[in-house]
Amino acid sequence: MSKETRIIAEPGIPQIIIEREFDAPRDLVFRAHTDPELVKQWLGPRNLSMDIDRFEVRDGGIWRYVQRDEQGNEYAFHGVFHGDPSPDSIVQTFEYEGYPGNVALETLTLEERDGKTLLRTNSVFQTLEARDGMLQSGMEHGVNDGYERLDELVASLASVG
Amino acid sequence: MSDDRLSTVFGALADPTRRAILDRLAEGPATVTELAEPFEMSQPAISRHLKVLERAGLISRSRQATFRLSHLEAKPLREATEWLARYREYWEESYQRLDELLASIQRDPDE
Repeated sequence: MSKETRIIAEPGIPQIIIEREFDAPRDLVFRAHTDPELVKQWLGPRNLSMDIDRFEVRDGGIWRYVQRDEQGNEYAFHGVFHGDPSPDSIVQTFEYEGYPGNVALETLTLEERDGKTLLRTNSVFQTLEARDGMLQSGMEHGVNDGYERLDELVASLASVG
Repeated sequence: MSDDRLSTVFGALADPTRRAILDRLAEGPATVTELAEPFEMSQPAISRHLKVLERAGLISRSRQATFRLSHLEAKPLREATEWLARYREYWEESYQRLDELLASIQRDPDE
């Protein structure tokens, strides 16, 4: 059983698929995704604080959360659930408030085998550009004021493209 | 990057010639002639690429005597990639934390 987070994207299809296995039954993984008291304990890296503003787990329900870094910068996300969420599937829209108008449609499915659960999320973007923008995040390099780092970054962009 | 949209920046970056132009400008400002030199491309074609980069806020241009210089503007690129670079790390770290939470709930179901 692999603890690797697999990120799958194909050229020309504005979609990203993430697959990850968990050592837990499906109902528990579902609960971890839909109980806000649990969600806030794992969603996002440790250096970001997580504040769940709304989490209405039902057809037409709104979810929204705000993450803050150590500098006080805020990153807010929101969306709507479509259909009643169940361990068979959770369907929701996803929008980052820093880039309004770029909305993704996400479908999460859970498949249990031998007490372990495979989580699969399929995110569909409005454009290839929006999807490709997400994909560029495979780069470890950030950019600081030094042009040397930017040089590295652009070179790595060139090799991904 | 308040007025720029992510798609504009990444549309600008989607083209390999434009990425190579940014790479060259990372070494310092350059004229259209200097930028066109490594490519088998006309200056008007390079100028069209520069317009796209300028619209995305990735370069700025200034006039020096009879020619125009292009300058790299690192901030929009930095802001976009800082947000994006977290995507993979975000999910890997989140799922590791979820592993720990699931293990602790299963160890002690009364939480």
